[in-house]
Amino acid sequence: MGLALGSTPALLGHSVFAQNAASKARVIVIGGGYGGATAAKYIRMLSGYNIPVTLIEPNASFVSCPMSNLVIGGSKTLADLTTAYANLVNKYGVTLVQDHVTRIDTNKKTLVLANGPTLSYDKLVLSPGVEMMFDTIEGLRAAHDSGRILQAWKAGKETTDLRQQLQNMPDGGVFALTVPEAPYRCPPGPYERASQVAHYFKQAKPKSKVLILDANPDVTSKGPLFKKFWSDNYKDIIEFRPNHKVIAVDGQAGLIKFDVQETVRADVLNVLPAMRAGSIAVQTGLATANNRWCGVNYLTFESTVAKDVHILGDAMLAAPAMPKSGHMANSHAKVTAAAVVAQLSGWDINPAPFLTNTCYSYVSDNMVVHVASVHQFNSDEKTYKTVPGSGGVSAEANTLEATYAWNWAQNIWSDSLL
Amino acid sequence: MRMSCEFLCRVLLVLILTMHSYSASAQEAEKLHQRANAAMCANCHGSEGRTVDKSAVPALAGLPRDYLVQQMQSFKDGSRKATVMHQISKGLNDAQIASLADYFSTLPR
Repeated sequence: MGLALGSTPALLGHSVFAQNAASKARVIVIGGGYGGATAAKYIRMLSGYNIPVTLIEPNASFVSCPMSNLVIGGSKTLADLTTAYANLVNKYGVTLVQDHVTRIDTNKKTLVLANGPTLSYDKLVLSPGVEMMFDTIEGLRAAHDSGRILQAWKAGKETTDLRQQLQNMPDGGVFALTVPEAPYRCPPGPYERASQVAHYFKQAKPKSKVLILDANPDVTSKGPLFKKFWSDNYKDIIEFRPNHKVIAVDGQAGLIKFDVQETVRADVLNVLPAMRAGSIAVQTGLATANNRWCGVNYLTFESTVAKDVHILGDAMLAAPAMPKSGHMANSHAKVTAAAVVAQLSGWDINPAPFLTNTCYSYVSDNMVVHVASVHQFNSDEKTYKTVPGSGGVSAEANTLEATYAWNWAQNIWSDSLL
Repeated sequence: MRMSCEFLCRVLLVLILTMHSYSASAQEAEKLHQRANAAMCANCHGSEGRTVDKSAVPALAGLPRDYLVQQMQSFKDGSRKATVMHQISKGLNDAQIASLADYFSTLPR
């Protein structure tokens, strides 16, 4: 009987016991973007600051991709979109390691940092974003490395460099933007960018043109809204050409070659290749779908092939109608954080999570359109599905939503990092 | 006989404590899920329903429960006009709306 009584404290204090177990757990988050930063913060918050979290991120501060087209259009600066990681450390107690991961061993549950040390984890949250597949287009890697053809699809130096290229371009020049086949990061992003460049040309270089060369059969997001605004405001500036799949570029001559369509020459070229999960995920063998995207269990965002590795954000194989957006990554991070806390505490995971998404696009410096959706977990099909009748887009471009869009940015940056 | 009574009492005690601890952890888990679900509003309405200063998107923390439920229903049935919330609210069922309203109403502003 001594034995039975002896075990009662553990039973009595199950939650204390679980807390102790959880506080000894080592959680590592790779990637400090919308997904990873949010996951780090929320694992701390949702565990009552009990579970230690290490965040590994190579950059010194967070620079938002959403809103970065405004830097290209000229109405915002990169500094407006930059947030320090300091609060994650000082306010939430996250351990920040400025480094990148060169190797993950999912069997030994260890990872190696570029600067040398090997770290062990009990739970790994991987939010590596996307890798540009430069080598799928002949000549693109060299043209990119030389700075001649930029992607600017990860906000940072290339964003301001592309702005500079547009400023240097003479009036009457052509800006060509190519769009890869879906799925890619930020479905409406290319069309917002085209709008921003057209807005700039209209003010500063009215004889110039924006050519959208799209591998898809039509505008992939908010199509009618973009097209209406273009025809009302940028009729002589923007030209949209569907079914243009890039196969090669010549950076020196400014040429873009397609599988079927005629070669195009432009002054400023912004060639977006196909994308896939960030290279560390691919290299670790986690990109189960076409060697591009990482399959997960949608209740926990745990990899389908590696236990205790949770993958979120753009790198993840998305559920139907789920865009690769910063807002989605922030939402994934919260479901993941709750699942990690529950699992480490020995509690049931949430059987019915849901996710929200709102994507705003600026079609000028003060006019905005949005798309919104709600994704409920469907236990029969083990995936997320949008609720019939919910979600939707703006009725038309409007200035009120420009206020909301900028406030959305402020609030989601705060929610992810501050 | 005395031993056997003591034995039964101890078994009973263990059972009660086990059930107590089970329901305590179930409650903890439920609170976690409610809080994580409510975090789906935080992308626009701020962590724990508190927005940045001068936000045009309203804070939700500390708003009365009935007010929150009523607003969500008004967005849903179209009687309150919105840019986004009429679309988001239609994705949530009554139980989810009630749980979100419960959560935000208990938070300090």
